Amino acid sequence: MAISRLEIEKVALLARIRVDETQVTALEKDLGNILGLVDQLQAADTSQTEPMAHPLDAVQRLRPDTITEISQRDAFQAIAPSTEDGLYLVPRVIE
Amino acid sequence: MQWETVIGLEIHAQLATMTKIFSGTSTAYGAEPNTQASAVDLAMPGTLPVANEQAFRYAVMFGLAVDAEIARRSVFERKNYFYPDLPKGYQTTQLEKPIVGPGHVDIELEDGTKKRVRIHHAHLEEDAGKSLHEDYHGMTGIDLNRAGTPLIEIVTEPDMRTAEEAVIFARKLHGIVTSLGICDGDMSQGSMRFDVNVSVRPAGQEAFGTRTETKNLNSFRFMEQCIHQEVERQIDLLMDGVAIIQETRLYDGESNRSRSMRTKEEANDYRYFPCPDLLPVVIDEDFIEDARRKLPELPDARKKRFQAEYGLSEYDASQLSNNAQMAWLFEETVRHGKDAKLAANWLLGELSARLNSEDRNILDCPVTGAQLGALILRISDGTLSSTGARKIFDALWVSDDASVDALIEAKGLTQVSDTAALERIVDDVLANMGDQIAQYQEADEKKRKKLMGGFMGPLMKASNGQGNPKLFNEILRKKLDQ
Amino acid sequence: MHDKTVAELSRDLAEGHVSSVQLTEHFLDRIQEHDGHLNCFITLDGDQALNRAREADERRKQGNATPWTGVPFAHKDIFCTEGVLTTCGSKMLANFSPPYNATVAQRFLDAGAICLGKTNMDEFAMGSSTESSYFGATTNPWGSNRVPGGSSGGSAASVAARLVPAATGTDTGGSIRQPAAMCGITGLKPTYGRVSRYGMIAFASSLDQGGTMARTAEDNAMMLNVMAGFDPRDSTSINREVPDYTASLNEPLAGLKIGLPREYFTEQLSPAMDRVVREAIREYEALGATVKDISLPHADLAIAAYYVIAPAEASANLSRFDGVRYGYRCENPEDLLDMYTRTRAEGFGREVKRRILVGTYALSAGYFDAYYLKAQKVRRLIQQDFIEAFKDVDVIMSPTTPSPAFVQGEKTDDPVTMYLEDIFTISTNLAGLPALSLPAGLVDNLPVGLQIIGDYFAEARLLNAAHQFQQATDWHRLAPK
Repeated sequence: MAISRLEIEKVALLARIRVDETQVTALEKDLGNILGLVDQLQAADTSQTEPMAHPLDAVQRLRPDTITEISQRDAFQAIAPSTEDGLYLVPRVIE
Repeated sequence: MQWETVIGLEIHAQLATMTKIFSGTSTAYGAEPNTQASAVDLAMPGTLPVANEQAFRYAVMFGLAVDAEIARRSVFERKNYFYPDLPKGYQTTQLEKPIVGPGHVDIELEDGTKKRVRIHHAHLEEDAGKSLHEDYHGMTGIDLNRAGTPLIEIVTEPDMRTAEEAVIFARKLHGIVTSLGICDGDMSQGSMRFDVNVSVRPAGQEAFGTRTETKNLNSFRFMEQCIHQEVERQIDLLMDGVAIIQETRLYDGESNRSRSMRTKEEANDYRYFPCPDLLPVVIDEDFIEDARRKLPELPDARKKRFQAEYGLSEYDASQLSNNAQMAWLFEETVRHGKDAKLAANWLLGELSARLNSEDRNILDCPVTGAQLGALILRISDGTLSSTGARKIFDALWVSDDASVDALIEAKGLTQVSDTAALERIVDDVLANMGDQIAQYQEADEKKRKKLMGGFMGPLMKASNGQGNPKLFNEILRKKLDQ
Repeated sequence: MHDKTVAELSRDLAEGHVSSVQLTEHFLDRIQEHDGHLNCFITLDGDQALNRAREADERRKQGNATPWTGVPFAHKDIFCTEGVLTTCGSKMLANFSPPYNATVAQRFLDAGAICLGKTNMDEFAMGSSTESSYFGATTNPWGSNRVPGGSSGGSAASVAARLVPAATGTDTGGSIRQPAAMCGITGLKPTYGRVSRYGMIAFASSLDQGGTMARTAEDNAMMLNVMAGFDPRDSTSINREVPDYTASLNEPLAGLKIGLPREYFTEQLSPAMDRVVREAIREYEALGATVKDISLPHADLAIAAYYVIAPAEASANLSRFDGVRYGYRCENPEDLLDMYTRTRAEGFGREVKRRILVGTYALSAGYFDAYYLKAQKVRRLIQQDFIEAFKDVDVIMSPTTPSPAFVQGEKTDDPVTMYLEDIFTISTNLAGLPALSLPAGLVDNLPVGLQIIGDYFAEARLLNAAHQFQQATDWHRLAPK
C-alpha cells in the first residue's frame, strides 16, 4: 500500500520527528515498500482468531504497596540536559 | 425558548496508596521537586512497570461501593502523546477493559427527590508530573514527583441536569471515596479533580447538543460557577445562531471565566494499544471478597445510623455523614461532648461557616473533636454562655493544642450562676429602666415575651457576658411580674 | 589462552593455573590489538575490569567463587551498566551513563564475572548487520568486507575473534541467532520471560529477550545459568524454577524427534546452504535422532506480522527519548515542538526513524485494525502452528539464515531485503519460543548456522542437542584467520 506525503508528514509530527522535503521523498519509497511487505497480512483468514498481545498466556503479578525507592535525584539529574533547583528545564510550555 | 442542560462528569481521584502505581516510589505530597521520581518514574531506558496491588484493591472497593461490575480481567493500554510532564511519552491507562464496569450513585436533591446517576465505568491510570510555569530564563520547570501516582478515573453517564445536581453528585462521590479511605479528597492539592462535560438542548429534544469539556476544576464552588457560566455561554451562542464547537476549555475560578485551550497542531491521535510491558490483570473472587470485607461504612448507611443512634434530623444526618472527615469529627466531638444535637449544630453552623469563609478544607480544620467536645460539655453544664462559647471557639481556631478549660480560666469566661450576684445585677440594671418596666407591665403576655429581650442585652453587658442567661431570665421574670 | 572456552577458563581459574587478572589483561590486550579494524566494542572498561579481576582473585582465595568468578566477558551495549556508558548504538544515548544496572548485568556482577566492555550493535537493536550503529559498523572476523549480522553483531564478532570468550546479546527477531550463525558461534534466545528485561533497553517489549553468545553450547549453558530467573522488577518475567543447564548436556539424543518445516526448505535456499544444513541433520540421525517433515503453514506471514508489531511497540518504547531527562537534546531549541522534533530527528538514525514512523502509522486511527490488530491475530496463527508441530516433534531444525554473511553496504539501501534476513528466525520471537543457532559448516569459507527451535522452556534440551552435536563435530572450533 502506498503512503502519501501528507500521511508521512502527519505521522512524523505525531512521532515528533522532523522530516525535510528530501527525506519525505525517500520515506515515501521506503515506507511504501515496507507497507507493501506487511500488506501480505491481509491474505490471512483471521476471522476465528483472537489477537495475541503476549507470547505467554500469563497474568500480571501485583506488587505489594511498599516503598522500595529512595531519592537519587542528584545521580539522575547529573545526566540530564538541563536542570535548575531540582527541576528539569524545557522550552516554555504554553497551555 | 426553554433550554435543558446536560452534564456528565469525569473525576480523577488520586488513590491513597503508599507508592506509585508502577513503582515503589513514595507518593507523599509536598516533597522537594523530583525527589520522588525513581528510574521507573523518570522512564529511564530499560526500566519496567510492575503494578501496585493496593491500587487494584482500592479500585475494586470503589466498584463495590457504587454497585458496579468488577472486571475479572482488565488490561492496561498505552495512550501515546508527547508532553514534558509525561516521561514515557505515553500514559499507561485502561481503555477497552477497565477494572470497574457500569454502576450507579443515588443522590438526594434539595427538594428531597432522589435521583440516580449512572457510572459508565472507572479505570486505573497513572498521573502525570507538573509543569511549573514560573520563569526559569524563559524555560518551564518539570517536577515528576506526581508522575505515576495512581488515579482512578470515574466517568459518569450524562445524567445530571443542573449545576446544583452536579455538585450534589460530586459531593456525594467525594464522600464515598473519602469514606472508603481510597482518596484523601483534598481538592486544593489536586487529589480529586473534576472535568465537566456540558451541553444544552431545547427542552423536549432527545438528541444531545454538542458538548464542551472543561478540565481540572478543583473546588465544588468553581464547578458550580463554571457550569452556570458555560451553560450561559452556550445558550447565548445558540440564540445567536452560532454552533457550539466540541472543544476542551480551561476555567479560571478567580475571574470566573473560561477559554478554549490552544488548538493543538494536529488532531489528537492517541494510538492506544495494549501495554506489552504489563500483562492482563486477573482479579479472582477471593480478591473481591477480601475488598468487600474491607469496605467501611459508606455515607448512606452512616446517615441512617446517625439518625437512629444520635436522634439527628434527616437533614443534619445527611450533612454530617457525607464527608468522612466531617462524620469522623462529629463522632469524636460527641464522644467527648455527649450532646449530639449541640455537636451537630456547632459543626454545621459555626465550624462549617468558618471553614467556608476561610476557604479551608475540613482536612485542615484547626479544631479537634476533643476540643469541640470539651466546649460542648462546658456549654451543656452551664459553664459557658453562647457568647462565651463563641469566644473560646475563636481562641481554639487560632491556637494550637489549647485546652478549653484553661482558655475559660484565662479569659475569665466562666458563666456566673450565683443567684444572689445575678439578682444584684438585675436590680442595678432595672433601676435605670423605668420606662421599659412600665411598658412591660402594660403589655399582654405575648408582647411581654418580646419585650424581655430588651432587658437581656443590658444584663449581659453588665455581667461582661458571663451571666447565665437562663438564670437572668428567671430572676427578671420574677422581678418584673411582681 | 583465548582459544579456551568459558568452561575451560573456569576450570583453569579453579585449579589455579591462571588468575583473573592475567586473563583480563590477556583479553584486554587482544581487544587493543584487533578491535581497531573489527570495531566490536563501543566502550571498553579496562580499569574497572582489572579492579574487578583483582576482587575476583581475592574472592576465589576466600573460597566463595562461582564458575564465573574471574571469567571475562562482554555485554551488548543494550544492557544498562551502572556508571558505564550505555549507548544502544545510538547518538541519542551517546553520553548516557545509567545510574543503575540491568538485572542481567547485576547477575553477572554478583557471579563475579568480569565485564570488559560494551559491544557494538545496530541502533536500538534495529537491524541485521550492525551497520546502523552510530559508532560505525562492526566487521565480521571471517571476511574483511562482510557484515557480522545483527543486531548483536559486536558480541558475535568479538566472541568469534576470541576477544572475549562470551558475550550477552538480545534477540527480537533473530538478533542473537543470525549474527551467531554469520560469525560461526553458538547463540541462544531463551523462551520469552526466561531472562529479565529490566534494564535492557526496549525495542519491542513483547518480542525482546536477552540471551547468550559463546563458542560452545556448554558455555551458553553456563551463561544461561547466570542470566535466567524470575525478576520482580519485570512483570513479564516468569516465576519458574531454573534448572542447571549444564546438567543435562550429556544426555544421549537417541529417540530425539526432529521436525523439518517444509516452508523453511524451499528453492529460495541456495543448494550450498541446503547441503550444509542437511548434512548437520544427518549427523543428528547418526546420533540417534529421527527426522520428519512438518508444516508451519503461516510461516510466510511471520515477517509481515513482525514488521507491524515490532515497529508499533518500538514507536511507543522510543517516545521516552525526548531530550528532557537524559540523552541527546538538540542545540538551541526554539520552542518545545522544535526541541522534540529536532532532538529526535538528529538523535535517531535512519532505520530507527523508519520503524518509528511505520509503527506510528500502524497504530494510527483508521489503520489500527488493518495493521496492528491483524498482525496480532496472525501472530496467534503462527504460535498455533508451533503448538501443533510440537505435538509430534521435540525440536524443529532449519537454517538460521538464508545465506552466509553478506557484503557490507549490500542491503543498507533497501530495508525490505534487510528484513528478509530474519525470515527463519522471526517466528520464534512472535511465538515466544526458545531457539538456538550453532555452527554447522561453511559455505564459501563463511560459517553457516543450524537453528534448533524448542518448545516453551526447553532451553536445556536445545543446549543438550547442540552440545551433543559439538561433541561429534568440530565446526564450532573453527576460528577465523
